Amino acid sequence: MKLTVWTYEGPPHVGAMRVATGMKDMHYVLHAPQGDTYADLLFTMIERRNHRPPVTYTTFQARDLGADTAYLFKDAAKAAYERFKPQAMIVGASCTAELIQDDPGGLAETLGLPIPAIPLELPSYQRKENFGADETFFQIVRHLAKPMEKTARVTANLIGPTGLGFRHRDDITEVTGLLMDMGIEVNVVAPMPASPSDIAKLGQAHFNVLMYPETAETAARYMEREFGQPYTKVVPIGVGATRDFVLEVAQICGLEPKLDESRLRMPWYSASVDSTYLTGKRVFLFGDGTHVAACARIARDEMGFEVVGMGCYNREQARMLRGLAKDYGVEALITDDYLEVERRIEELAPEMILGTQMERHIGKRLGIPCAVISAPVHVQDFPARFSPQMGIEGANVIFDTWVHPLVMGLEEHLLTMFREDFEFHDDAGASHHGHKAKLREIGITDASETETVSPELAQPNTGPVEIVWLPAAEKELKKIPFFVRGKAKRNTETFASERGVNEISVDTLYEAKAHYAR
Amino acid sequence: MTEQFAPPPSRGCSNTPVLKERGQHEVFCGLTGIIWLHRKMQDAFFLVVGSRTCAHLLQSAAGVMIFAEPRFATAILEETDLAGMADAQQELDRVVSELLARRPDIKQLFLVGSCPSEVIKLDLAKAAERMSAQFAPNVRVLSYSGSGIETTFTQGEDACLAAMVPVLPQTDARELLLVGALPDVVEEQAVGLLEAMGIGPIRVLPASRVNDEYGIGPNTLYALTQPFLTDTHEALQRRHATYIAAPFPFGEEGTTAWLRAIADQFGVSEAKFAEVTDAPRARARKAVAQASEALRGKSVFFFPDSQLEIPLARFLTRECGMEAVEVGTPFIHRAVMSSDLDLLAEGPTIAEGQDVDKQLDRCRDARPDLTVCGLGLANPLEAEGLTTKWAIELVFTPVHFYEQAGDLAGLFSRAVRRRDLLKLEAAE
Ligand code: SF4
Ligand code: SF4
Repeated sequence: MKLTVWTYEGPPHVGAMRVATGMKDMHYVLHAPQGDTYADLLFTMIERRNHRPPVTYTTFQARDLGADTAYLFKDAAKAAYERFKPQAMIVGASCTAELIQDDPGGLAETLGLPIPAIPLELPSYQRKENFGADETFFQIVRHLAKPMEKTARVTANLIGPTGLGFRHRDDITEVTGLLMDMGIEVNVVAPMPASPSDIAKLGQAHFNVLMYPETAETAARYMEREFGQPYTKVVPIGVGATRDFVLEVAQICGLEPKLDESRLRMPWYSASVDSTYLTGKRVFLFGDGTHVAACARIARDEMGFEVVGMGCYNREQARMLRGLAKDYGVEALITDDYLEVERRIEELAPEMILGTQMERHIGKRLGIPCAVISAPVHVQDFPARFSPQMGIEGANVIFDTWVHPLVMGLEEHLLTMFREDFEFHDDAGASHHGHKAKLREIGITDASETETVSPELAQPNTGPVEIVWLPAAEKELKKIPFFVRGKAKRNTETFASERGVNEISVDTLYEAKAHYAR
Repeated sequence: MTEQFAPPPSRGCSNTPVLKERGQHEVFCGLTGIIWLHRKMQDAFFLVVGSRTCAHLLQSAAGVMIFAEPRFATAILEETDLAGMADAQQELDRVVSELLARRPDIKQLFLVGSCPSEVIKLDLAKAAERMSAQFAPNVRVLSYSGSGIETTFTQGEDACLAAMVPVLPQTDARELLLVGALPDVVEEQAVGLLEAMGIGPIRVLPASRVNDEYGIGPNTLYALTQPFLTDTHEALQRRHATYIAAPFPFGEEGTTAWLRAIADQFGVSEAKFAEVTDAPRARARKAVAQASEALRGKSVFFFPDSQLEIPLARFLTRECGMEAVEVGTPFIHRAVMSSDLDLLAEGPTIAEGQDVDKQLDRCRDARPDLTVCGLGLANPLEAEGLTTKWAIELVFTPVHFYEQAGDLAGLFSRAVRRRDLLKLEAAE
């Protein structure tokens, strides 16, 4: 039994839903109680889909358990076929149905439907959402795709995009463009937005672009083995990675590498003097393994940040990330326990977090700016505008997105000048984020509850001696912009306690500042 | 103020044959109630014993992660618990001991059953008894089911409150008990009005802290503030308390009828009643009139969700001038619903249970001006050109009693007005 407060990943059947919802003409019959229908809202509200996920839930109840839940499943599957007329179906159980062992796959077979009904075995008590998506896509490919003659021209499949994926919609456009520039056509993009008949054609591509190892690596390996299709290992997020990706693709296809950089603005934006203040910013990264690995490289090599920590929540990527972390001289944090991530962030006190929506909340509480780089994400991370993470435009988008929480409407070197300005005083918060006013969501909207006590004032002093802030020093401390104030306070206290000073005056504050100045 | 309501319909819906549906339900399970219950009971912790799905539901329904460590969590069953490798009861003891050690602010703990815990027959009542003995007097431990195989959405609150009734001490005092977890501002308004009529002492279930509790007995009179509290109603009957039947306090009419039913029990004079209610009634009437302008003459279709559907249909038809096409509700409990059914004029289809695809067909055929439905259906229906109102907001927002009557109408009319406001064609 494991105590869980907030989770990074849903159960595996939600992964299967992401695959089904991304696809066309596919239907998912899920043996599950009524409450599990909540998962529809992830797609209709968070991702703003304009149609219901193609999922039929059997919604069995307690009174059915004594009798026969198997016939419920069969009825639901039959009715779903007749109503939706899909080209193929996936069938499976949620956590509760797994316990009653009705064997949806076997039941579906007895119906003799005129379409393939693909059984899914997703162990709900061991695995999670990403596994569910990966396994589902693999099963679909295994059942529907066959070896085929390759297309005359060089073509590639893009594999990995799903419903509810972080920027998948726009990454597809961007990667398609990258390939097109090299004269490579896209054969099938799957699972989103493919139909089962598209899946059947996967085998005719020359190679696969594995966009998201989290959701398609098993299928990629299978197709490599069965259809002789090599797959790409580089995920083209960031300038360097995009260039590497182009080289890798060129090598796979025996073509000349070609990358149109006319729209690439990121390197210049990063080099321009205005960005000097980004130098050595201490960042902590957390998310799925793939996005963290790619973003760590961008952070260090393309933004000039200092990576002080990284981690991922999906154990499937633990080994890869541990290895990578070593190169960065940090220790990888592999956990799906949100409180552990929060503790690590508190310890490291980074100046910025690159994380998921969960870290955004941690950041809000600790007063540390945060940009989102990975699922799970919330409604505002499905923007109306084009904003990929991959390729040339992805690099531009990432520069803007990461700098956005840092600038606070003023570059840091101007802050001292303006620090008493009425608009930029600390209680104003990050004016352009509007989080305080904007706890929308479906939930409770009691703003007072969301105001955390500013952490730097709530934290007790932890040094061996009781350290007191003199009123003048405390006032001065408040003039420091809130997002660096926590660090200033900690540094000053460490500085004071190291010197056996137990009263902090304005002078102590500035001596400490001078001491820590880089 | 004299009665200004429309006369009750000559034929209400009490005898209308009910369309009973048994197919795919598109409703949350009772775990959802934890989202508002934990806010109301400030020293309570809700521990769901369930799966990753349950944790994910709570997180998705909460929408906003307000606290690092909220006063609810899920003890996720793992393979070892299921394979009998670990004794689930012992595991639960371990998790609870750790939790209570870390959270000394917790005075009552609810063990909340889920589908998986019920299917494997994990006895949470037994666990609660054992833990209560162990942690008394600091922490009281109770259990209830919020599972999707036993409960629908708001029934979770009902199960929770029903679990609290047997442990309330016995009393012979004549007291009024208001039942239902309402937002504080709303609760204070109700108590304020009743006290102004000289009614008291007034108790509330759930009390915001365990120490604020009171006794219950044959002289207790109780009124329900929410239509879904039927198990709680039965638990109170078993304690020989007296139920004050009334329409539910939505809108000016519902609030007045509800207050009057209570006032009658406590011998409040007409004059006193008028003195206390005239001003807020007039305000409510005015606010509803304004907020419901966009609703007059429009049709409304309810998908089953919170069990608030019948009282709300009564409010929308009688006070906002709407016409109900279909009123779907998860359950109809006649004992508490009859006053509202009597007031709802015959006409709409009354549906109990659900077969979502068939109901969607009926809804598309009817093309109502406003559809009240769950979050999973709202955007898809909007995309088909229907105007929708998400039902969940009705349980998360203060909507009861006079001062909120206008807001309640506004929740519905905003959806309708918005569609008229958006103009995307070229101006020419
Ligand atoms: S329906 Fe059952 S399994 Fe699903 S979230 Fe609710 S209690 Fe958990
Ligand atoms: S504050 Fe709201 S919108 Fe922002 S991440 Fe949290 S839940 Fe999502």
